[in-house]
Amino acid sequence: MSIILDHINYIYSKGTSEEIKALDDICLEIKNGDFIGLIGHTGSGKSTLVQHLDGLLRATSGHIYYDGEDIYDDGYDMRALRGKVGLVFQYPEHQLFEEDVFKDVCFGPKNMGMSDKDAELAAYSALRSVKLPDDLFFVSPFELSGGQKRRAAIAGVLAMKPEVLVLDEPTAGLDPEGRDEILGLVRELHDKEGITVVLVSHSMEDVADYAGHIIVMDKGRVLMDGTPKEIFSHIEELEEIGLAAPRVTYIMHELHRRGFNVDTSVTTVKEAVDSVIGALWNA
Amino acid sequence: MAIVETCKLSFDYIRRDEEGNVSSINRALNRVDLSVEKGEFIAILGGNGSGKSTLAKHINAILYPTEGYVLVDGKKTSEEINILDIRQKAGMVFQNPDNQIIGSVVEEDVGFGPENMGIPSENIWERVEEALKILGMWEYRKHSPMRLSGGQKQRVAIAGVVAMHPECIIMDEPTAMLDPAGRKDVIRAARALNDVERITIILITHYMEEVVYANKVFVMEGGEIKMFGTPREIFSRVEELEKMRLDVPQATRLAYELKRRGLSQLPDGILTEKELVTELCRLYSII
Repeated sequence: MSIILDHINYIYSKGTSEEIKALDDICLEIKNGDFIGLIGHTGSGKSTLVQHLDGLLRATSGHIYYDGEDIYDDGYDMRALRGKVGLVFQYPEHQLFEEDVFKDVCFGPKNMGMSDKDAELAAYSALRSVKLPDDLFFVSPFELSGGQKRRAAIAGVLAMKPEVLVLDEPTAGLDPEGRDEILGLVRELHDKEGITVVLVSHSMEDVADYAGHIIVMDKGRVLMDGTPKEIFSHIEELEEIGLAAPRVTYIMHELHRRGFNVDTSVTTVKEAVDSVIGALWNA
Repeated sequence: MAIVETCKLSFDYIRRDEEGNVSSINRALNRVDLSVEKGEFIAILGGNGSGKSTLAKHINAILYPTEGYVLVDGKKTSEEINILDIRQKAGMVFQNPDNQIIGSVVEEDVGFGPENMGIPSENIWERVEEALKILGMWEYRKHSPMRLSGGQKQRVAIAGVVAMHPECIIMDEPTAMLDPAGRKDVIRAARALNDVERITIILITHYMEEVVYANKVFVMEGGEIKMFGTPREIFSRVEELEKMRLDVPQATRLAYELKRRGLSQLPDGILTEKELVTELCRLYSII
């Protein structure tokens, strides 16, 4: 599995006076097994970008290659692509509609042409992998808590057995417990089942903790692309576009300024503890 | 004098089946006692389902107590005659700005509240101007709200409440859907309303960073108030907070972890990054 975006442009309301250039010459590569954090200010083009990955939006110009095949070629199987790239929208629980959770999760695979039996098997294993308790499989989706609803919605996407899981702000509106649950689940899917993950997030702390690779977007362009350490070493540039580094990175910078020999590239609390202890030890 | 007071406030969500028989009762609030003085900045922390939004809806008379009572400026919310007065005194801001904005132009949206209260139109424009200036949104008065960022929309929603001249504003997770810059703007606006305008603020949130500036913090779990104190008192109880799965700010967590790793001289309840840096520098010079 690999996705290559080659000079992608996207213009909303093209040909009208309301034209907005939402994506501006995007070139990117998503490799098999990546865990990518996609960050950017509201309106930077993140959601527009991820909707290109499964062909929901069609680029105004440019090419997207999935496993080397141009998805805009005549005869390309878009339906199969939508199975391979599972997109979890913002507030996915708003899309739950069936009378019980199990039927809802079956909808995706059935819609893709799986037999009833295969769809049910896929739904069962998806619900297991999001760790929804068995006794909730046949209740109305509306009786679930916020975090449970969201896991049910993610199961609906997993049941299509995607190779890439794209999540657009999956933790918005959840409390810390719900957030840890969802992100822990995504990490497990990535680590154990080898699913490639693209995580759109507003939380610098979350992408620092979970992603192996970060893409920063601004005004429809890719501004930076690198490891968390590389990205968060550009604090000033991030602040200019309304983003920030994780709070702990700021603490390390301040300590360094005040004469501590600490590592300013730290992005998690765990690393910070080691670095501060080390600095005090060697003082 | 207390602007908001709840006494043994309990509330049950009652679900009925198609025939109208009670099928389940869910106790969302259990004997909550809380008192907020005029001019205070109060924070209520808690996870999803802890009852914090249910509590907020009682202060604005959207819900009425099953048991106990709620007083807003001395008036009982359960008496219908008080409702208009209470809703004007205690304004409410919700999580999603898109659900609160109705006007097609910013200034019209902000004017809706006072107009609905029957304020004469020349005074409405005065109030709109004042509210938009306080929230730093005056230059956007002719814009369409739909084209604003999340943080800007939320500030327009707050201006709409401010234009009604409330004594108290209840903000129910006003930053949950915003990006970091938007969150900062909204919290700054809340502090300014409290500091400069002396409006009582009740901020409901699950972000602990946002409660650092509060006078008092209430922590809710399972419909009850489990902790109560100044931010420093609350933040020194890291383990209990983590058990309730609340998010401890990174500065507080780092201080806690450093203490556990042997820096026992660090004080408890470190609130801000500045404090942590100062304390570490002090330690460093001792060593």
